Amino acid sequence: MSRYVIAPLKDFETRDRMIVTVAGRSIGVFRIDGEFFAVRNQCPHAGGPLCQGELGGIVRSSQPGEFDYARRGEFLRCPWHSWEFDLRTGRSWFDPDRVRVRAYEAAVLAGGEVIGCGVKEIEHEARQPGPYTVETYPIRVEDAYVVVDV
Amino acid sequence: MKTLAFSGCLAGAIDCDVHNAVPSVKVLYPYLSDYWQDFMAEAGDPSLEPNYYPVNSAIAARPEARGAGFPPGADPEALIAQVLDRTGAKRAILNCLYGVPALYNEYWAAAMASAVNDWVADAWLSRDPRLSASIVVAPQSPDAAVAEIERRAADGRFVQVLLPARTQMPVGRRYYWPIYEAAARHGLPVCIHAGGGGAGQPPTPAGWPTYYVEEYLAVAQGFQGQLVSLVAEGVFAKVPGLKVVFAESGFTWLPSLMWRLDKNWKGLRREVPWVDRLPSEIIREHLRITLQPLDEPSELRRLVETIDHIQSDQMLLFSSDYPHWHYDAEGPLPAGLSPDAVRNLLFANAERTYRFHA
Repeated sequence: MSRYVIAPLKDFETRDRMIVTVAGRSIGVFRIDGEFFAVRNQCPHAGGPLCQGELGGIVRSSQPGEFDYARRGEFLRCPWHSWEFDLRTGRSWFDPDRVRVRAYEAAVLAGGEVIGCGVKEIEHEARQPGPYTVETYPIRVEDAYVVVDV
Repeated sequence: MKTLAFSGCLAGAIDCDVHNAVPSVKVLYPYLSDYWQDFMAEAGDPSLEPNYYPVNSAIAARPEARGAGFPPGADPEALIAQVLDRTGAKRAILNCLYGVPALYNEYWAAAMASAVNDWVADAWLSRDPRLSASIVVAPQSPDAAVAEIERRAADGRFVQVLLPARTQMPVGRRYYWPIYEAAARHGLPVCIHAGGGGAGQPPTPAGWPTYYVEEYLAVAQGFQGQLVSLVAEGVFAKVPGLKVVFAESGFTWLPSLMWRLDKNWKGLRREVPWVDRLPSEIIREHLRITLQPLDEPSELRRLVETIDHIQSDQMLLFSSDYPHWHYDAEGPLPAGLSPDAVRNLLFANAERTYRFHA
């Protein structure tokens, strides 16, 4: 397993997710309030682009007409068939043991923790592989970065 | 004249759908109040014998069930001999399909339901201990239906509550919940039987059909809508002890309905969060279905394969649907069932579903 820098923390100030390619895998990185989560961008059901789906809460009910709505924004719904996945665990709501998407550890590190610790940088989707010079982030000690273990 | 040709193979069976008929509306008058007796007389003694199908057509009733001057199923001696004595069946549940659910006047309907039940108890249940019956209620008035259930519940000869498959609203709606709660409180399943009417409800979900054959077949589609309604509205979440019996619905549609409902529940369950597990599991736990009339594929093994797709041998209840004419020498049972499946079908499933009196 390696640790990858996804982006500077400030890039998440105006967005709640970023879909990136890490070690050949498409992964969605999500910000929920101050926490970060990452899951594979591929629904285990039919391979849909899971991380393009809507975020919502989970609703439970003890009887008809009662709606217990909790953990708003922490469940990802696949855009293809609306199956729900818990961003914290990658487990589906309806069959959490058997239907689950791969979840990865995500964290925020200070620049000083990133420099010199073997953290890899990723190529963002906008940059195609090929014979060109990859533009990389200059890691600055005073900034913070979102990292994912893949 | 044809006769039932399967004597012996049904030994010990419990026949869960047999129709006794009201020979004349006047037999109910002793069970009506003075007001309703005079109301009926003023209206010219209207029969409530239903016209769900052309009753005088050949396929409507077994020849041996017909008699002069009354509808098939109206003669207790003939019914007992043909349904029980000749087949070896040990018990029959009478579903009296009088036209009570079709009345617009809910108070009249409630009075007629009560009268039918009194008459069934006196004219049928007192005659032979092998007979059980459904409680006829007026779904037009859930309050009155609950009162009727409470009135009968102590009489163990009444084993379930009878509702028609065509109701003014889908049967899952809250309007009907008091009926389900009352039934479950007394350990009574609710039987939803083909027929009904009233309030202009068409017999098919597509609207009013042109031909008898359309109506005869499309009944199954109406039942499918009612089943989805029961699950989606949360009847089984609200009344977890409830068993629902579909009678004359057919069942070969059940596997595909469960497949589709499970599939769409995974994506749409947020709308109905009280459906908190696979709908097929809920259906297997709460639904029972009577056997006849049976779909008959040209290759008999196809039917056994379909039953296998239900993934339960606990759901089907044996029924002849007497006096209706659905089979002859081949008998009422699907060919090729395992001995265990036959045992469950003939009586074991019914014994798990109903509380029969001794």
